[in-house]
Amino acid sequence: MTVTTPSDREILITRVFAASQQRIFAAVTTPALIRRWLLGPDGWTMPVCEVDLRVGGSLRYLWRNEEDGREFGLHGTFREIVVPDRIVHVESFDDASMPGNTIVTTTLQAHGDTTTLMLSIEYESRELRDMAAASGMKDGIAASYDRLEANL
Amino acid sequence: MQMSGYEFELAGRLDATFGALADPTRRAILAKLAVGEASVTELAAPFDMSQPAISKHLKVLERAGLISRGRDAQRRPCRIEARPLANALEWLERYRRLWEANFDRLDALLAETAEE
Repeated sequence: MTVTTPSDREILITRVFAASQQRIFAAVTTPALIRRWLLGPDGWTMPVCEVDLRVGGSLRYLWRNEEDGREFGLHGTFREIVVPDRIVHVESFDDASMPGNTIVTTTLQAHGDTTTLMLSIEYESRELRDMAAASGMKDGIAASYDRLEANL
Repeated sequence: MQMSGYEFELAGRLDATFGALADPTRRAILAKLAVGEASVTELAAPFDMSQPAISKHLKVLERAGLISRGRDAQRRPCRIEARPLANALEWLERYRRLWEANFDRLDALLAETAEE
């Protein structure tokens, strides 16, 4: 897995999987599957995972920390869906005080038996990115979850 | 969200840091400086670039606080400044940890469902 910053507003995460594009596309868009892997650090579950997979459709994720009951939610809207190559959605946190409106682009590229997943997280402005980073410096754990939710 | 003075200052530095890091030549310069200080001539050597072009990149890196220049008037060696880079990398490192955990789980799920 690699993490790079192609521009000053974007973070790009790349990972190769030994599976077909179709299976990965299903795993990142099907709630029953998403809930089994998109969990962030240990100790969190995903009691709410709703995906209306069409352009203009919404997504809604809620995570819960099973130890202390903390909850963390995000919502978003799909902008572009090209099965099984590409998904673009915009997302933000339920907690309005938390910065981080982001455009998230998931791209899948097949190479023989493997598939490269590229996850681009682009802040709509540099100010938002800076605020997310600054709040993250203050509370690293919260920021991780922000980003988690910001992403898929 | 209201940012404190400290956060605002930090955000400003991050802005410059990420801008500076977005360019592959500047990242290569930093990689070279990570192993020790070097002069402009030494830095320009591996690139197909004029010294003025390299100097321009060095100015961007210097403004971002990522490098500093020595006082030796002849050579003005460049050296890497760890702190701003560490701040930016710490933020990226959290993305890495988070997505590594997620993608490792996804990998296991894909292997598991392939057998089903």
